[in-house]
Amino acid sequence: MKLIFERGAAGRGCSILPACDVPEVGLRAGKRERELRLPSLSETEINRHYSELEQQVYGVNSGFYPLGSCTMKYNPKINEAAASLPGFAGLHPLQPEHTAQGALELLAGAEKALCEITGMDRMSFQPAAGAHGEFTGLLLIKAYHKKRGEGEKRTKILVPDSAHGTNPASAAMAGFTVVNIPSGPDGCVDLSKLREAAGEDTAGLMLTNPNTVGLFDRNILEITGIVHEAGGLCYYDGANLNAVMGIVRPGDMGFDVVHLNLHKTFSTPHGGGGPGSGPVGCKGFLAPFLPGEMAAEREDGSYGFEIPPETVGAVRSFCGNFLVVVKAYAYILSLGADGIPEAAENAVLNANYMKKKLEKAYRMAYPGTCMHEFVMDLSELKERTGVSALDIAKGLLDGGVHPPTMYFPLIVHEALMFEPTETESRETLDGAAELLLELFRKAQEKPEELHEAPQGAPVKRLDEVQAARKPVLRYSYDS
Amino acid sequence: MGSYIPNTEQERKEMLEAAGFSDFRELYESVPEEIRLKDGLSLPPGQAELAVRRTMEGLAGKNRVFSHIFRGAGSYHHYIPAIVDEIASREKFVTAYTPYQAEISQGILQSIFEYQTMICELTGMEVSNASVYDGASAAAEAAAMCVGKKRKTVLVSGAANPRVRKVMETYCFGNGSLYLEIPQKDGLTDPEQLSALLSEETACVYVEQPSFFGCIEDLENLSRLVHEAGAKFIAGCNPMALALLKTPGECGADIAVGEGQPLGIPMGFGGPYLGYMAASKEMFRKLPGRMVGQTVDKDGKRGFVLTLQAREQHIRREKAGSNICSNEALCAMRAAVYLAAMGAEGLKEAAGQCAAKAHYLQKALEEAGLSPEYPSEFFHEFVTVSDIPSETILKALEEQGILGGLPLDGRRILWCATEMNTREEMDQTASVVKEVTGA
Repeated sequence: MKLIFERGAAGRGCSILPACDVPEVGLRAGKRERELRLPSLSETEINRHYSELEQQVYGVNSGFYPLGSCTMKYNPKINEAAASLPGFAGLHPLQPEHTAQGALELLAGAEKALCEITGMDRMSFQPAAGAHGEFTGLLLIKAYHKKRGEGEKRTKILVPDSAHGTNPASAAMAGFTVVNIPSGPDGCVDLSKLREAAGEDTAGLMLTNPNTVGLFDRNILEITGIVHEAGGLCYYDGANLNAVMGIVRPGDMGFDVVHLNLHKTFSTPHGGGGPGSGPVGCKGFLAPFLPGEMAAEREDGSYGFEIPPETVGAVRSFCGNFLVVVKAYAYILSLGADGIPEAAENAVLNANYMKKKLEKAYRMAYPGTCMHEFVMDLSELKERTGVSALDIAKGLLDGGVHPPTMYFPLIVHEALMFEPTETESRETLDGAAELLLELFRKAQEKPEELHEAPQGAPVKRLDEVQAARKPVLRYSYDS
Repeated sequence: MGSYIPNTEQERKEMLEAAGFSDFRELYESVPEEIRLKDGLSLPPGQAELAVRRTMEGLAGKNRVFSHIFRGAGSYHHYIPAIVDEIASREKFVTAYTPYQAEISQGILQSIFEYQTMICELTGMEVSNASVYDGASAAAEAAAMCVGKKRKTVLVSGAANPRVRKVMETYCFGNGSLYLEIPQKDGLTDPEQLSALLSEETACVYVEQPSFFGCIEDLENLSRLVHEAGAKFIAGCNPMALALLKTPGECGADIAVGEGQPLGIPMGFGGPYLGYMAASKEMFRKLPGRMVGQTVDKDGKRGFVLTLQAREQHIRREKAGSNICSNEALCAMRAAVYLAAMGAEGLKEAAGQCAAKAHYLQKALEEAGLSPEYPSEFFHEFVTVSDIPSETILKALEEQGILGGLPLDGRRILWCATEMNTREEMDQTASVVKEVTGA
């Protein structure tokens, strides 16, 4: 496929702006001397270029997308329609508050609903993604200890070894030292190891529940109790909230801070990598530290922005990824008090239904009932046939299914992690399970074919080593 | 009501049985009884689509969309060609995940590679990443790239956008580096104060082009001062201005960052936006976030992959330079389509019109009684000062459907004009102001 720079010809272009209706000005300041090289294309050519690119993309509606930990559920169209209303998209973030009452009311309404769902008291929409929310949440924990005169002492964040990579990376960005807590053989937090690690230097614990192997840690009250006992705070990574929303709340599990991924749990699309939205919620005692600017209802019933009194500052300009929040709010209104737990239950049902079908052939990393996702361990298959988790994933591509998450969590070898979500039908799950069982048979009979997969995709397996060794990160006009 | 679940009650029952469960409660056997939500969520019941649409339209209707906008300060009202909205709303682009499965994600990967190239062209830098959250977090991430064991002080121009400064200060609070501001003079970074603050502990200096007040900085001179002190120079540039002004690359910047919102992204009450980041050859391996690289497949065919991932959190965990995972890919695509539609000439024309209209407006407002605050040359924003309270002036404009400049305080206003503003509306604006000032 041609690059956009390899199309068109000098002199082509689009007619976008009318002639300037005021006198031109010549700037005295230093002008760019370097020629600005951008594509010279007619609108037809631009449109066709992106049509071609689009054909080489797999979207949520191209087929099944059971990417573990990513919650690739259907993205309802009404959400998109709402976010593109000029009354939202055309607002300047700094226009007077009395001219943006609807937007502020929406933010306040979304905050209230998400606080109810998480069991938190306040929530800031400023973080633009999950990892951004983690960083923000950890700053709240840092500010809390600092205010209590324990900032110098409480320098450690406890993170289970099954955690997402963002957890330890966020802790490091917030200036903490990371202490890894080994998981027990059941994939859950090892309580004795946690007790050993928790102490006077503990600032907090970061945890996902259900955890990254798809299990609800039944000792959760004991876990949060141990951390609180030691004087630390508990941070809930909301990556897996889809399994339990409306069933059990992080606030009731003993967590003090949470972040949500609106682009996972609350159905806003992933956009090929973003934009997301990672609001951070907290219990009342941490609310004064939240980053501004937060929408709030005033006594006279109007809405305005407020900056919390002891705020840690700001993690982004303005109030956050507002149009993403609009989409999530439309989704919350659609589902409501009844639809939210129903979505969770069916996400868990779909995962268990598929797991049961696959158990016939594949080894599950953790047997028993799972939550919204499950992890398969293909190390035995690889040893016996040479077919790896990667090979099975690539085999799925030829079957028209998006592969599950590969090689995560790190505590499972040759891991494949499936998260079907609630918006998939029984036939889709049956079809995907059938395909996986067929690939399992193929692994025994014709392993070489799987090493060569995919065959039907626009490109075959790509040389990642060359890409990293001799990085070519831009088009070169001169070659 | 709606939960987008295809399976019927009957099918769910059959699936439960097939999976070995008698009811939904059994699925949650591992959740301790004492913490389960007893009475359900205290939220209204779910609503049908038309009801949701009515609610959302009702909320949108309570906002005022100004037709004449003279406010910038970090969010800019530019024309978005129709093709940008069309391409950025194509379903596969909207709904795809991060392109980890390269073989079926070439379209996304190539679009990012093209975006990276365009950002390099615009900034004159060597390497761009695939985007971060917004201009402010881009500046904060850039500062973190420069902080080392010995050099831990981040110097930030007092002439930079206060919201960007606040985010940089917050990130510094996180990683323990020292945040200091360089006082501004006449709407610009004061070079003397900068020299006085530079030391062996200075990791980097952040300056904006144009400054928050719209004034054009002498980046070359500032860059020279910073490098003489052995620190890194970060330029935060408005991408529209780069069509005309000397690029950060030409000025010797080590890292160029900025808010990409002017490139085809709606103001959207503040987001989502686009943080662009580009670096020199010496610095690019420290760039945070994703990068797309060119390679070949097994048959030798050109293809694209996410590369240099060993820098990132999912591999390096606590040793990663940044925690960023999700970025603003769809906004980056908007920027790429925008730049393709405008082309080099179109972008220069847009930038030229911004400057021309801002200068026209500034003159018209001066005649209407608002004096320019700073003598420095400006691009498309400028500050006025007057004895009449800012609020009085802005209120009069608002009554005429005009969103005036941003009040900086009781007497000073930061104005912005772009290609969107016609001569007629600028004349109207000036006459409203004139009526208030009595000039």
